[in-house]
Amino acid sequence: MSENIVSVNNLSVSFDYQENFLSKKQKIKAVNNINIKIKKGSFFGLVGESGSGKTTLGRAILGANKISQGNVIFHDDERDFDLTRITAKEMKDYRKKAQLIFQDPYAALSPRMTVRDIIAEPLEVMKITNSRQETDEKVREIASKCRLNLEHLRRYPHAFSGGQRQRISIARALVSNPKFIVADESVAALDVSIQADILNLLKQLQNELNLTYLFISHDLSVVAHVCDIVAVMYLGHIVEMAPSRKLFSNPRHSYTKALLSSIPSIDPENKSTAIELKGEIPSAMDPPSGCVFRTRCPNPTHDCKEGNIEMGLIQVEPDHWVDQCCVNCG
Amino acid sequence: MAHLLEINNLDVKFDTDEGRITAIENVSLSLDQGKVLGIVGESGSGKSVTAKSIMQLNPGNTIYNDTAEIIIDDENVLKFTSKNDLKKIRGGKVSMIFQEPMASFAPAIKIGYQMVEQLMLHKPLDKKEAKNISIDMLNRVGIADAEKRFNQYAFELSGGMRQRAMIAMALSTMPKLLLADEPTTALDVTIQAQVINLMKDIIKEFNMGVIFITHDLGVIAQVADDVAVMYLGSVVEKGPVNEILKNPKHPYTKGLLNALPDINNLDAPLKPIPGNIPSPLDRPSACVFRTRCPNPTHDCKEGNIEMGLIEVEPGHWVDQCCVNCG
Ligand SMILES: Nc1ncnc2c1ncn2[C@@H]1O[C@H](COP(=O)(O)OP(=O)(O)OP(=O)(O)O)[C@@H](O)[C@H]1O
Ligand SMILES: Nc1ncnc2c1ncn2[C@@H]1O[C@H](COP(=O)(O)OP(=O)(O)O)[C@@H](O)[C@H]1O
Ligand code: SF4
Ligand code: SF4
Ligand SMILES: [Mg+2]
Ligand SMILES: [Mg+2]
Repeated sequence: MSENIVSVNNLSVSFDYQENFLSKKQKIKAVNNINIKIKKGSFFGLVGESGSGKTTLGRAILGANKISQGNVIFHDDERDFDLTRITAKEMKDYRKKAQLIFQDPYAALSPRMTVRDIIAEPLEVMKITNSRQETDEKVREIASKCRLNLEHLRRYPHAFSGGQRQRISIARALVSNPKFIVADESVAALDVSIQADILNLLKQLQNELNLTYLFISHDLSVVAHVCDIVAVMYLGHIVEMAPSRKLFSNPRHSYTKALLSSIPSIDPENKSTAIELKGEIPSAMDPPSGCVFRTRCPNPTHDCKEGNIEMGLIQVEPDHWVDQCCVNCG
Repeated sequence: MAHLLEINNLDVKFDTDEGRITAIENVSLSLDQGKVLGIVGESGSGKSVTAKSIMQLNPGNTIYNDTAEIIIDDENVLKFTSKNDLKKIRGGKVSMIFQEPMASFAPAIKIGYQMVEQLMLHKPLDKKEAKNISIDMLNRVGIADAEKRFNQYAFELSGGMRQRAMIAMALSTMPKLLLADEPTTALDVTIQAQVINLMKDIIKEFNMGVIFITHDLGVIAQVADDVAVMYLGSVVEKGPVNEILKNPKHPYTKGLLNALPDINNLDAPLKPIPGNIPSPLDRPSACVFRTRCPNPTHDCKEGNIEMGLIEVEPGHWVDQCCVNCG
């Protein structure tokens, strides 16, 4: 039995993009030759700025995006699911095992369904339960695990606050008893106090239900607090990956360093020492050759164009991976 | 010296289908030239309504109390009624920038045209002068190819650039007071760092007063001189940024700090504030925070306690009922 639950091997995901019907079709490589293994029981963090490809990678693992190259394997206890060649029938099975929690607790819930029906829907769609009674039991069980008030199950979502709605989304994602959860910016829209509550809940549920998370976030402080391992994405690439304490105490890639230094310190006496990055992330339609970060790198060691450098992650310490061109750069 | 801005005893209520709600109660704040006042608080605490009151941008269903004052240059903005009076503040003495820069620019009109129009409305300038000032301002906020950008539409700019263009437009009239409502919230952290540095430089250069609204205590720590902490329409604590963040007195301020994931202290557990923010329709009497207070010293209802800020350290004000509570 594999110690990993997900293996992503040389994965690329491209989209066809056309600005308008007159312009010519272009390719966007949203995810570019990515390799990651997600250990069972881990809280795997994926950070990076908007457009870096986090959602695309998460969706590809869930089978919701077409895989252009490479593969994604989900290791269940008894068998493997190969997402590149999964059949429609297997997909139904896979949906029970791997679920998504959305970002926006306001948009994600249908306003015309009661909370009970929202949570029950996956059970009915996936035909997991055989009677209304069984469905109700499962709904009540997961709702109470998510600390929802069972007397509120007959209400509609508009009656709930942002934090409560996010608990409803979590209950809905967990009701089919999945093993793997992609949480895509699941706390980004919440105030800090509610965010703390939801993060604690995710941790607690992980222990109770033996879950593995892929936790996608642009907020490094949050990731540092909850994740045990973190991968940093930039323009479709993973540039660095390490156990979170190692990553935050000893970042190696200049992008990781810049990201970390950009977090505003809550100590007013510790005024910003942000490594200021010039400009913005280049368009994914036209990424730089060689090192993808080179147009913004504060201290390029050399001219890191195509031909001058080798790309790809190498291991610099146990479990600490960095783009090889950049092990000692910046 | 008189303050640049003084808000005294402001109440703001809205008439809604569900009844009259209190969005702001008894808020008093002041700001001096060259200083940055941060306002923090969770969603719905009244940060934006406070800023909009200064600009008189609240909608028609708004009710202000008669005794409230918002004083800029010895004039009470709340008594302004004529268009000409309002013109003195909106886009004149006072400019505002928002979280979503798309909201500041009309989508179908070129950025430069909008900047020039706005400028000519407030300053006796001809088109050419207004254009020169606008392009100069775009340059100053770090937009490369300012002349080219001047002729583009907002959607043609990236998020960070749009934010810069909005700042340029807000500054081109040389306001004395800048109201910035979550100006960096929608930005990625590396772009946020750029915009914060830019704003700090500009505040210094122009010697303006700034109200900087954010829910991010880290951003506040980096930009503000003073902070006001709002909860459910009330300022529960205010003072110098260092005091408030390092020596908080009110349990709500402490709660916000305990809930925050601090990158420099990964072992600290994340402690949520218990309970939920009550609806503004049933705002607690007396201490607004009492339904969530982790350690109420007593039953802090109406009649049992006195409300109102008192000064506990020089410049550090906290609700008097709460100086030693929680
Ligand atoms: N036009 C209006 N009519 C009725 N209620 C309003 C109106 N504008 C604001 N409110 C209410 O006033 C309160 C304060 O709102 P405000 O927008 O100032 O909050 P905020 O602190 O800026 O929150 P956020 O962090 O979400 O921007 C909220 O309860 C809000 O729902
Ligand atoms: N369906 C799609 N069609 C075209 N481009 C897309 C699509 N989905 C994502 N992209 C592009 O792929 C890149 C990565 O996007 P995304 O995975 O959403 O990033 P993130 O979640 O990190 O913000 C972006 O350039 C985005 O515009
Ligand atoms: S030094 Fe070169 S390889 Fe390293 S991040 Fe900078 S540009 Fe990329
Ligand atoms: S102790 Fe009383 S007055 Fe102080 S915050 Fe708690 S409830 Fe409010
Ligand atoms: Mg995304
Ligand atoms: Mg607001």
